[in-house]
Amino acid sequence: MIHVHGLTKSYGPIYALRGIDLDVEAGESVTIVGPNGAGKTTLLRILATLLQPSSGEARVNGMDLSTSSYDIRTRIGFASHRSLVYDNLTVEENLTFYGKLYRVPMLAARTEDVLRTVGLLSRRRSRAGTLSRGMQQRLSLARAIIHKPELMLLDEPYAGLDQESAEMLEILLDAVHGEAGTVIMTTHDLERGLSRGNRVVILNKGRIAFEAPSSSLTLQQLRDTYWEYCREGRGAEEGAS
Amino acid sequence: MNTIRSALTIVWKDMIAEWRTKEMFSSMFVFILLVIVIFKFSFDLRVSNATLLVPGILWAALTFAGTLQLGRSASLEVEDGHVDGLLLAPVPRSSIYLGKALGNLMFMSITELIMLPIFSALFNLNLFRPLILLAVFLGTVGFASVGTLLSTMAAHSRAREVMLPVLLFPIVLPVVIAAVKLTAGVLDGAAWQELTVWVRFLIAFDIVFLVVSLMTFRFVVEG
Amino acid sequence: MMKSIRKAGPLLWLSALTIIAALCLVFLYAPTERTMGDVQRIFYFHVSSAWIGFFAFFVTFVAGITYLRTKKRLWDIVGHSSAEIGIVFTTMAVLTGSIWAKPTWNAWFPWEQEPRLILISILLLIYFAYHMLRAFLREPEQRARFAAVYGIVAFAGVPLTFMSIRWWQSLHPVVFESQGSGLAPTMLWTFMFCLLTFTILFFVLLIQRCRLSILADQVEDLKRRVLH
Repeated sequence: MIHVHGLTKSYGPIYALRGIDLDVEAGESVTIVGPNGAGKTTLLRILATLLQPSSGEARVNGMDLSTSSYDIRTRIGFASHRSLVYDNLTVEENLTFYGKLYRVPMLAARTEDVLRTVGLLSRRRSRAGTLSRGMQQRLSLARAIIHKPELMLLDEPYAGLDQESAEMLEILLDAVHGEAGTVIMTTHDLERGLSRGNRVVILNKGRIAFEAPSSSLTLQQLRDTYWEYCREGRGAEEGAS
Repeated sequence: MNTIRSALTIVWKDMIAEWRTKEMFSSMFVFILLVIVIFKFSFDLRVSNATLLVPGILWAALTFAGTLQLGRSASLEVEDGHVDGLLLAPVPRSSIYLGKALGNLMFMSITELIMLPIFSALFNLNLFRPLILLAVFLGTVGFASVGTLLSTMAAHSRAREVMLPVLLFPIVLPVVIAAVKLTAGVLDGAAWQELTVWVRFLIAFDIVFLVVSLMTFRFVVEG
Repeated sequence: MMKSIRKAGPLLWLSALTIIAALCLVFLYAPTERTMGDVQRIFYFHVSSAWIGFFAFFVTFVAGITYLRTKKRLWDIVGHSSAEIGIVFTTMAVLTGSIWAKPTWNAWFPWEQEPRLILISILLLIYFAYHMLRAFLREPEQRARFAAVYGIVAFAGVPLTFMSIRWWQSLHPVVFESQGSGLAPTMLWTFMFCLLTFTILFFVLLIQRCRLSILADQVEDLKRRVLH
């Protein structure tokens, strides 16, 4: 599904990514953890076609990132801790806007569907700016799945959420995973990261330091491995924020 | 055509967002009124024939108000990273530019249509002559085309409110001068040949700025 | 690095020689102008400065396009350096133009009689904007990209502005014809030589300024490596 080989991203002499090799099969759920500045967001943004890599190869579903970015965009959904929704538009209008850009067929029905999935059907006519942070995240997720992507890229989706919203997000992500198939998520939250995905990857200083199937690790083992590789990194916390 | 349809979707989105708050219209409107009043009273005290100054005052007011509009439209996208949402979508970068530019053009034109009667009344002049309307339209097109590009750039920098006028005014000055000359020419009853040359210059500026902005826009939004 | 210093050597000498020669030509060889007197000699420096102001901007324009194509830092350096030199020469052009205008039109800034002053003022403002843009952008890659785009967009308007001013001048001929036609051959040679001198000076300054930036980059790089 995703094939990345020797991916680098440099800004002049500074390297954000130094040669990433990653293969993700369809249906997998991969969690990427790492300290601040490790390159998690950079990697995800490159896969989302928001950034150009400096060198290396990256393919999504067989399509090359640099040449077929247009086609790739129809098949991926991206959500970050920034909500990407317009405050002055209603919930429904936001989804209609993005739906039109993605040329989603039968948009009205699909919008209703998605709103039901994320539990915002009752607030469809509310202005997005009046929603709580948790609800805005849900709307952002709705925006990300409106076009039925095959690959979901989530950049720190739990950031800034309280316990209740985070748990709602968990349920949502299950549903999303069911729809989309393949999920790649970055997070600081080691506990959730381990429970969510079937594979964990530790990224540090632009390189993959460690990766293993989630089932083979306990949380304590993951924590120990994490601190071993990322000794300087004080960014990761266990438990919900 | 996908490009045009996507651009129109963006225009639709901007119109709804503006309709909800009417923030842009009200502030542009009040601003223009203030500029007109300030100019009129300060010149009335010194100049006997204030109508000589009307083209200049008109375009000064339009320039300032237009800058407000451009700044607001750009920060709507650049703040909170909304640009990402647009870039993620399978739409050509040119349609993002076209959508924003068209939206800016429409908003400015609507404000101008409201403003011209007020102007005409205050200065006791008929500004609703075809060539003047053409001058206003062409000037606005040039302003909006290069302004959309530059306001997007300015929105990424620190001190964005200052950055936009600094970047925009030197580049758009020739367009404003041409529009002022054309407007003044109509009011003074200048020769037809002279007027048409100004029109042609305005059209040429508009085309150049539109094409260059269209081509360079993606370098501004994409890293 | 040492190689390029040696390479620049002959150019530096050439520049020094041409400057001395130009000064001799302007003050000793060229005849005194009939109507304006000695103050007319400013014209040689004024037009040459203006020429470099525009040429430097053209270099920034080309460097901008090349940067966007290749994304190589060197082109950003060239564009930036050229803009720095350009703003200096344009300021000189505006100042000398003003000094020349006062005795000629009895005004420090006669836009109506000499609309080319508008063009040079716009150019100066564009330079200010370019440098301010660079100053207010933190991230180097973004700064290079935006500066390149601004250089391109700003330059795109220059030819049309120039044409519109020329046309406006043809429509409203001024009483005192500014220097263009009717130059005595000695004046013409002096003028051409001044242009050449200033152009050589521009390239000398450009090479030096670019070297400075390259060295600064290397220092930054070393700093980063040592502190890591």
